[in-house]
Amino acid sequence: MQPIISVENLSKQYIIGHQKQERHTSLRDELSNGVKRTLGKLLSPFSNQEANEKSEQFWALKDISFDIQQGDRVGIIGRNGAGKSTLLKILSRITEPTSGRVKISGRVASLLEVGTGFHPELTGRENIYLNGAILGMSKAEIKRKFDEIVDFAEVEKFLDTPVKRYSSGMYVRLAFAVAANLEPEILIVDEVLAVGDVQFQKKCLGKMNEVSNSGKTILLVSHNIQTILSLSNKVLLLAEGKVIEYGYAQQVVTTFQNSFYSNTLGQTDITSAEHYGTGQARFRSIFIQPVDGSGKRIPLPLTGCNILLSIDIETFQDLRDITVAITIYDDLGNRLIDANTLIKGDSVNLSFGKLTNVTFTLENIRLKPDTYTVGLWMGIINQSDIDGVRYATSFRMNARHEDILYTSPFPGVYACKFQHEITQH
Amino acid sequence: MIAGNMTTMSNDHKTLIIEAGRTERHYWKDLWHYRELFYFLAWRDILVRYKQTTIGFAWALIRPLLTMIVFTLVFSKLAKLPSDVPYPVLVFAALLPWQFFANAFTDAGASLISNSSMISKVYFPRLVIPTSAVIVSFVDFLISGIILAGLMIWYGFTPDWRIITLPLFIFIAFSAAMGAGLWIAALNVKYRDFRYIIPFVVQFGLYLSPVGFNSNIVPEQWRLLYSLNPMVGVIDGFRWAILGGNTQIYWPGFLLSLGLVSLLLITGILYFRKTEKSFADVI
Repeated sequence: MQPIISVENLSKQYIIGHQKQERHTSLRDELSNGVKRTLGKLLSPFSNQEANEKSEQFWALKDISFDIQQGDRVGIIGRNGAGKSTLLKILSRITEPTSGRVKISGRVASLLEVGTGFHPELTGRENIYLNGAILGMSKAEIKRKFDEIVDFAEVEKFLDTPVKRYSSGMYVRLAFAVAANLEPEILIVDEVLAVGDVQFQKKCLGKMNEVSNSGKTILLVSHNIQTILSLSNKVLLLAEGKVIEYGYAQQVVTTFQNSFYSNTLGQTDITSAEHYGTGQARFRSIFIQPVDGSGKRIPLPLTGCNILLSIDIETFQDLRDITVAITIYDDLGNRLIDANTLIKGDSVNLSFGKLTNVTFTLENIRLKPDTYTVGLWMGIINQSDIDGVRYATSFRMNARHEDILYTSPFPGVYACKFQHEITQH
Repeated sequence: MIAGNMTTMSNDHKTLIIEAGRTERHYWKDLWHYRELFYFLAWRDILVRYKQTTIGFAWALIRPLLTMIVFTLVFSKLAKLPSDVPYPVLVFAALLPWQFFANAFTDAGASLISNSSMISKVYFPRLVIPTSAVIVSFVDFLISGIILAGLMIWYGFTPDWRIITLPLFIFIAFSAAMGAGLWIAALNVKYRDFRYIIPFVVQFGLYLSPVGFNSNIVPEQWRLLYSLNPMVGVIDGFRWAILGGNTQIYWPGFLLSLGLVSLLLITGILYFRKTEKSFADVI
């Protein structure tokens, strides 16, 4: 069968360096660079200017090829900077590839951001029309879908209120509702489900399932492995702009997880990990040490042990009353444990220029033997994220010999401590 | 069999190829597909302007009226124009195209940057954005036009047959605004220097264009050179069409202005088309 999307040797190059320090080249720079280059060539015609310029090139995508069949639901995964968003941008025609080609046979609708083009001053009703038009719907089409959109977004009462007065939940619901009612043959979605509350996320997932069940093709980027697994039948794994694996969802996800869910006990530098938040302070490193009940260090985390998690925070401005939290996730992205200073009624003050250390001791960890990732967060709860790292480090729980003596592998998720008694009458 | 063929045909019809440097064959068709977006973006900009104001759309009338009153007062003192026509009408006739050009140029120039989030997240022909900005200014121009009509009635001034040629001059003014707007919008994306050049051009242009004076006070040997300012032809044309009577057009200069406007528009479209593919990367 003819693929609905066919990507051949696609590459995309960005020139960095210039853009890093100064996102917009000024005319003066361009002129002075031009003069310098010409002068340089005149003065030393044999110097290797090429090598110098190459160091500023960055291949966001390098020579990737794959096919997508009609009706496929393809999840795209990879670490930050792997080229996922660049790929979606090329497929959505927002940016042009440097080389290679893509053949698409069908109407594409892409949703790279929820609420693109929403204007805060306009009312909900006005924004539905505006946003619909930006996404390529005709006025008649929007009119036809209007009730469905309002229904889905649950904003009926606020239709004539400017969206700047909306709660962030309402805003996101309305924005997603407009996009979800596009009728494309191919739907491209970038991490849009990361917003909104759980209930709404479920609703969005339901809508996406509905779309995919109707035989439409979906391309989806998400950091949430569970979303990927529940929505896609195939997964494309990217790393450093190349396709590492493309195939059945579960299989590729496993490869992805194995690639970085290694045992990383001890000190881990996380300065170059993916951060989000305002950045007034930043997590610098994390240290993991399993200890036994008496506080003695043990080489590996075992069922029932304590785990010491020590984090260093670098501060760029004085911050008062913030909460520091660590979260343990399983390999599906479920939050299993959340420990934070607020639960203990405590808050942290950070002073500019000082290194602050926060140490948590998680006691009596009885998670089943598996790999777990650790996420870090600090900020003011329900107000602002100062810094967050979703994948700070990971560790592997090991079963004690006695726990798996009779049943292996461990069947549950939590190795509850239990007593038992057998009586006979 | 026939059905099968038809499916293939419709598939071919919809197939889209994305390649480096490929001149988009679908571009003008896409532009047509997105034709409603011109309207919606212009509608948004007009709507937003008067949100949270008590008198709302009345501003649409008051704003140009106030601008015109101020400029008319200023230039009535400077203008050396034949006095068989009421002074305010004389000045207004020139201010009308100039204000349109100045607003369109300014707004189109800033349009891509103020819509940068849309550019980096959604595809549509980028030409829609600056064009909508020009359309918004055109709406203002039409409203100002109503004020001019009111002024003419007030002074009991009747234009002659030449008024029917006005749409032609409006079209030229529109082209000039589009051409200059496209250039500056595209340049502004990459070189933010142009942000500072725009107000300068607009301020200076007012004095370099025959708004406060009549272009026939320019010495004959300099007239052709003076017409290198494309707005000279446009403004002279407006005066000629609206005021009638003894206003004259300096034809060589007018044709030169006309040629320059066409050149500006064509190169503007070409440059815009050439650079728009990289907008999302540099904005």
